[in-house]
Amino acid sequence: MADPLIRMRGITKNFPGVLALDDVDFTLWPGEIHALMGENGAGKSTLVKVLTGAEAFETGAIYLGGAAKPVINHSPQEAQGRGISTVYQEVNLCGNLTVAENLFVGRQPRRAGFVNWREMNRRARQVMEGIGVDIDVGKPLEGYSIAVQQMVAIARAIDISATVLILDEPTSSLNDQEVAKLFDLMRRLKADGLGIIFITHFLEQVYEVCDKITVLRNGRLVGEYAVETLSRTDLVAAMLGRAFDDLAAIQHKAAPVTGESGTPVIAARGLGVRGGVKPFDLDIYEGEVVGLAGLLGSGRTEVARAIYGADTADQGTLDVKGARPKHHPIDSMRAGMAFCPESRKDEGCLQDLSVRENIILAEQSKRGMRLMSRSEQEKIADEYIRLLQIKTASMETPIKQLSGGNQQKVIVARWLATHPDFLILDEPTRGIDVGTKAEIQKLCVRLADDGMAILFISSEIDEMLRTCGRIGVMRDLHKVGELAGDELSSSAIMAKIAGGEADE
Amino acid sequence: MSDVVTRDAGPAAGPGPGGAARRVFRRILHSRLTFPLVCLLLVLLLNVIVTTATTGSPGPFFQIALTNGTLNGPLITILNRSSELVILALGMTMTVSCSAGTDISVGAVMAFSGSVSIWLLGFGTLPQNDYHVKAYVVPYVVGLLVAVLVGALCGVWNGFLVSRLRIQPMVATLILFTGGRGLAKVFADGQIDKVDVASYKWLGNFIQDSSGKNIVPVPTAIFIAGGMVLVTALVLRYTPLGMNIQAVGINNKASRILGLKSARLILLAYVFCGVCAAIAGIIATSRIGGIDANNCGKLIELDAILAVALGGNSLAGGKFSLSGSVIGAITIQALTTVLYSINVSADQLPFYKAIVVVIIVVLQSPETRPMWERFKARWRRTAPSVTAGDAA
Repeated sequence: MADPLIRMRGITKNFPGVLALDDVDFTLWPGEIHALMGENGAGKSTLVKVLTGAEAFETGAIYLGGAAKPVINHSPQEAQGRGISTVYQEVNLCGNLTVAENLFVGRQPRRAGFVNWREMNRRARQVMEGIGVDIDVGKPLEGYSIAVQQMVAIARAIDISATVLILDEPTSSLNDQEVAKLFDLMRRLKADGLGIIFITHFLEQVYEVCDKITVLRNGRLVGEYAVETLSRTDLVAAMLGRAFDDLAAIQHKAAPVTGESGTPVIAARGLGVRGGVKPFDLDIYEGEVVGLAGLLGSGRTEVARAIYGADTADQGTLDVKGARPKHHPIDSMRAGMAFCPESRKDEGCLQDLSVRENIILAEQSKRGMRLMSRSEQEKIADEYIRLLQIKTASMETPIKQLSGGNQQKVIVARWLATHPDFLILDEPTRGIDVGTKAEIQKLCVRLADDGMAILFISSEIDEMLRTCGRIGVMRDLHKVGELAGDELSSSAIMAKIAGGEADE
Repeated sequence: MSDVVTRDAGPAAGPGPGGAARRVFRRILHSRLTFPLVCLLLVLLLNVIVTTATTGSPGPFFQIALTNGTLNGPLITILNRSSELVILALGMTMTVSCSAGTDISVGAVMAFSGSVSIWLLGFGTLPQNDYHVKAYVVPYVVGLLVAVLVGALCGVWNGFLVSRLRIQPMVATLILFTGGRGLAKVFADGQIDKVDVASYKWLGNFIQDSSGKNIVPVPTAIFIAGGMVLVTALVLRYTPLGMNIQAVGINNKASRILGLKSARLILLAYVFCGVCAAIAGIIATSRIGGIDANNCGKLIELDAILAVALGGNSLAGGKFSLSGSVIGAITIQALTTVLYSINVSADQLPFYKAIVVVIIVVLQSPETRPMWERFKARWRRTAPSVTAGDAA
């Protein structure tokens, strides 16, 4: 057998107040798709960052290929030079450049010192055809879907030199067909002898495409398993470190809630945004969790944004508890709304501010110009850090130092701290581990039980079936229907999403 | 003055040997303000070293003497002369934080508001008196308020361009940078207007009684700058404005979702910056007892930007430290005074200033910071063994 591509041995890494990696081993063989699994804060991202040189580590060694001498990458560029490329969840390319430019930026083919555009486009076409994607490489990247953008990122990585490809949550923004396409590509690369490290939260996908699984928990290595030998239950147990029954119990409690009585908290009539979501009606009552299903770009998020006033609705009316707020987030907040946006990086976190400041900001801006006292701020921050079990060194830690799931919890905490009557959760569980997912779902149901009205948006139909009493379905920026009670099943929802002759 | 908004809690002080002194020391090492302060001290030390090397004694640099009813000494000079810059740095910190933009019009706004104020004080009498204001036509206070109003209006203009029309701050303020001085010359009729009323010079020098005797021993500008710093710090301490401005600077989209009206906050920051410029202009015109529209506040915008940067603030916006900017402003003035005191001539001054600035900026750069961190880490590792050695 050939030498392993990567051997990481005894890797240890400290963050202030947290032992992020504790004596972790990891081995990747050629022609292998290796899943790296674990809850948020388990150390997956840190391990990858250490491997790619984005973070330094304290002890341990990394061996590449059969070399006896360990190497240390000091930067992702250096790692790339050694054949290790990473494609992140958020595509790190330039949207306003063309596909070809993105593929060759920094290493453009030249003739007499000038960029040879024709050659560049020709080779770009070749590269994209090589991975089975047929697109116009002369068009700006931002015109293509996230899936295609990711393929371009992968193509770039492979074309540069990769023998090791790290895919960090590549599937969280993709729909099913796109995921299937990505997996085809991964299998093809595997056949070419590449080693792929695959980080994901979707268990199904791990079993569909991976050969091996390395599980981390709280910075420690739990074990390395061949996929066939590890059952799903055991995998979840390994990740959570508790019996699977525990998780099942959490999910069972999250029984669907329905309760339509009195005036709706939210009543939208023909609400729409020109050039955005088409006019829709939507009522949400106290104590109710209403879901919005649909493909990416179907208008789920746009509905939420129009209701909240993040986008200015220019058609129709919106009544909040019978009153009609103006269309700015601050007015919506004062009317009792809260909105956890889809993209926590772009629209949620204030990266340089502390966890405390991130938690109290919404409540503070609702209160206007009178600053909350420091002790009150600390009380609120402390309360929600404990309630949501946010893992942070202290409440003064900048939020950017937290793991993705914990950042998400901080954003949820921020809105709960405003004591809203109506909470919008747009993809609250994206990129989050199983344990936190269940916690958020549970929280959602509990809040509804306490009388809060909730709009829950998710790409995972199962998750919505567990939490929502009623689900609206979106397709092509239209609200095409609503399902409730006995009609609720994943097949019914999918049929509605897919559409057909029945409606239209 | 406390570092109101960005107060560092410091790392949780670990248990173990060292105790309180060690905790304090570690806290000092970690504070954002340490570096700007060290730079300031280094600049002051530079003077002592050079003076000692050339004359054999440290010289009178740190002496403060009371002569003719006024406090004198290089340190007082530094504080006095840095007043305008300190005030400008306050406003600049805000515009940098919320819009990642520098207001390069502050020097021109100083000249503009100063000239409007003098034009008004000598309304209708100026050309006849050969551009000397012999007596106030309108009350002095009105002249001051109008200067501040002009500064605020300039800020509204800049802020409108930046926040509503979304013009890049440097381009938006470039308009007043060039236009402001022109407007100033229109009001000053292209001349250097002088004010011959004694009280006009109080703000830039000393407050005097009717016989011309100084009744307050400290230069007035120090009080004005100190007052501005205090008011700004208090506003940031007791309102959420500081946090909101930082939030907008860090992530505009997220701030909107949070209910913040970013355009309004950015406008406010520019208005504040304009007001700061006007107040600095009042001091500058009072110092020379008149307005020289060509030279009032000339190139001071660059020093103001530098003050913000020296204070450890990122010009990319977001988190800021007000005290850092103030220290930065004083450092720049200290450098000028120190260089003068060691007999660097005025025309060579910019060159030596540049050398020191390069050193400070390099020391603070994100590339050299890690080296500094490693140094600190090494210090921490070796420190316990030293104490063990002492005990043995």
